[in-house]
Amino acid sequence: MKARNLTGWLFVAPAVIILVTFLVAPIFMALWVSVTNWNGLGSPFDAGGQTEFVGLENYQALLFEPGLNRDLFMTSLRNNFFYVLFVVPLQTVLALTLALAVNQRFLKGRGFFRTAFYFPSVTSAVAISVVFLFLFQNRGVVNTILGNIGIQGPAWFSDARGVFHIWFENLTPVNMISDPPTWATQTGFLGLTVYDWTAGPSVAMTTIIMLVTWTTAGTFMLMFIAALQDISGEVEEAAMVDGTTGWQKLRYVVIPMLKPTLFLVITLGLIGTWQVFDQVYVMSQGAPANTTLTPAFLSYRESFLNFAYGRGAAMAFLLFAIIIFFTLVQRWFLRDKDAIAEKKAAKAQRKRAQAAAAAAGATAGTPTGSV
Amino acid sequence: MSTTIDKAPSTAAQIQDANQPRWKRMGKRWAGYGILIFFALIYLYPFMIQIATSFKTDADAVANPTSLVPDPFTMRAWERLFDGTLPFPTWLGNSIVVTLCVTVGRVFFNSLAGYALSRLKFRGREFLFLALLAIMSVPGVVLLIPRFLVLRELGIWNTYYAMIIPLLVDAAGIFIMKQFFDSIPISIEEAARIDGAGTFRTFWSVVLPMAVPALVTVTILSFQGSWNEFTHFLIAVQSPELFTLTLGLAQLTSGQLGSGQQFPLTLAAALLTTIPVAIMFFIFQKRIVRGASEGAVKG
Repeated sequence: MKARNLTGWLFVAPAVIILVTFLVAPIFMALWVSVTNWNGLGSPFDAGGQTEFVGLENYQALLFEPGLNRDLFMTSLRNNFFYVLFVVPLQTVLALTLALAVNQRFLKGRGFFRTAFYFPSVTSAVAISVVFLFLFQNRGVVNTILGNIGIQGPAWFSDARGVFHIWFENLTPVNMISDPPTWATQTGFLGLTVYDWTAGPSVAMTTIIMLVTWTTAGTFMLMFIAALQDISGEVEEAAMVDGTTGWQKLRYVVIPMLKPTLFLVITLGLIGTWQVFDQVYVMSQGAPANTTLTPAFLSYRESFLNFAYGRGAAMAFLLFAIIIFFTLVQRWFLRDKDAIAEKKAAKAQRKRAQAAAAAAGATAGTPTGSV
Repeated sequence: MSTTIDKAPSTAAQIQDANQPRWKRMGKRWAGYGILIFFALIYLYPFMIQIATSFKTDADAVANPTSLVPDPFTMRAWERLFDGTLPFPTWLGNSIVVTLCVTVGRVFFNSLAGYALSRLKFRGREFLFLALLAIMSVPGVVLLIPRFLVLRELGIWNTYYAMIIPLLVDAAGIFIMKQFFDSIPISIEEAARIDGAGTFRTFWSVVLPMAVPALVTVTILSFQGSWNEFTHFLIAVQSPELFTLTLGLAQLTSGQLGSGQQFPLTLAAALLTTIPVAIMFFIFQKRIVRGASEGAVKG
């Protein structure tokens, strides 16, 4: 018995040592740093060093104390929120559209198209960001194409105007950008004005939104394709015999059956979009006017460029909390579904057992009904 | 004439698809292809532009960004990547070294741990598995500062060790291996055991050869993951001679090497960063696609 324990632990030892050393322990080390004022000099764990324990000061500075730190953090949360608000629905719809387009059985060459749509998902985010930097130059590919159809494209990477403000300006008589209403610019909460909170993603942020939607849709497309293949042909045929149109079939048959996959794609999207970093690092570094600043990038910048490691770590843990929230929502839902399925199975089994017992007890020839 | 045809679908829709008039089926087919081709253009055009631009002059790239034909055609950007003016060969070398080490390490350590979690009975196994599930949900971006701290404390920050060792094991890979071992019958191993082979011997010469599909999946995922890795290297090293392709490319793009707007150069570098993964992708396409959707369902 002892020998068996030893063998087992020897097998998992490399994995356990590496995961504990470089993943579990560091999280607690960072938790400590987040309650200190460590500036990168010396060791934060050295009792006699310059590093001081500051309690929850770093967290307070980010959440409650008016000042530049909170302004920046709230700005990054706002930016990331609008980013999530656009990316998650867009990538979900695009992924479903691509999956439905690729899944049409009467078309040839579907493998080629599936490959083309999935390919960006496997490539480096840094490399793809470089391509998009080129595409969205002021006189670049996108603006040239827009120009050909009579639209003057914006200066994508330097335009800090919020998309909601632009829409407001164009669709209503209110001059949201040239002459913003004073009630919006003079009232506010958590360090930002109402005007800032309602800006929507900046034009610069929309390039990152488009990039990420375009890249990740391929991954989610595969999930939808897998789910679509599980929907049996019978269901579709039945719908067809009932005389439904294509749209009705999609709306009332296919989408309801895709619900679990939809939920998975949306929660995975929520978890992933709060982590956006590489694209921001390569494409904008938070510019223009901090409108592409995200918590992940701000945490990096505060720590490694401004040497405020305590505050940077505190931001990382607040971000962690947001992401863990969505992870738990997902886990809870999936577990719940499993539990329901188990209950159903158990119920069905009981019924079957009862039916069998009834059949055994009853005289032959008494139908027990279909299961 | 045309009115009668226009009215046809309302009745045709009532019956089965196969009975639809020929023109409607053709229309449906063309619409299907139209949609696919539209999206294929959106997905392929950026890569085509990237390839074309890498053979353009700086001036041509700026003046004719949408053109797929370089005019004049030049290899200048590609030559510059390798003529010694940029540390590009160093980046490429580092990426290769790190990716190989990480992939070999992951395949070996993940399968060891996956096998133990699936087959070996030892005290603490259930706890380890639950811990693994918890670890899998720790988002990568919040590990930047923690990893930096531990690398510094261990005195290996800014070395190859710092880049490689933390990536040698990944929870998701262990999970994939465990799932696979769970799915294969135990009888063959038992036969080997009866023949007197030790646990490691059984694992190495009996079980691993059967696990080739899962090993390939883990190899692909490790290769792709470590080749594309950016954030970990960003905090693990500082010296330019330790930069990988992704780090170098990010630096090149931000103009720190005096390369600001030289798009043929940066796009060629980005293309070279993409090519190894692309080759891998096209060779193992079916497995990648299957692995991705399986991982998704179970993940």
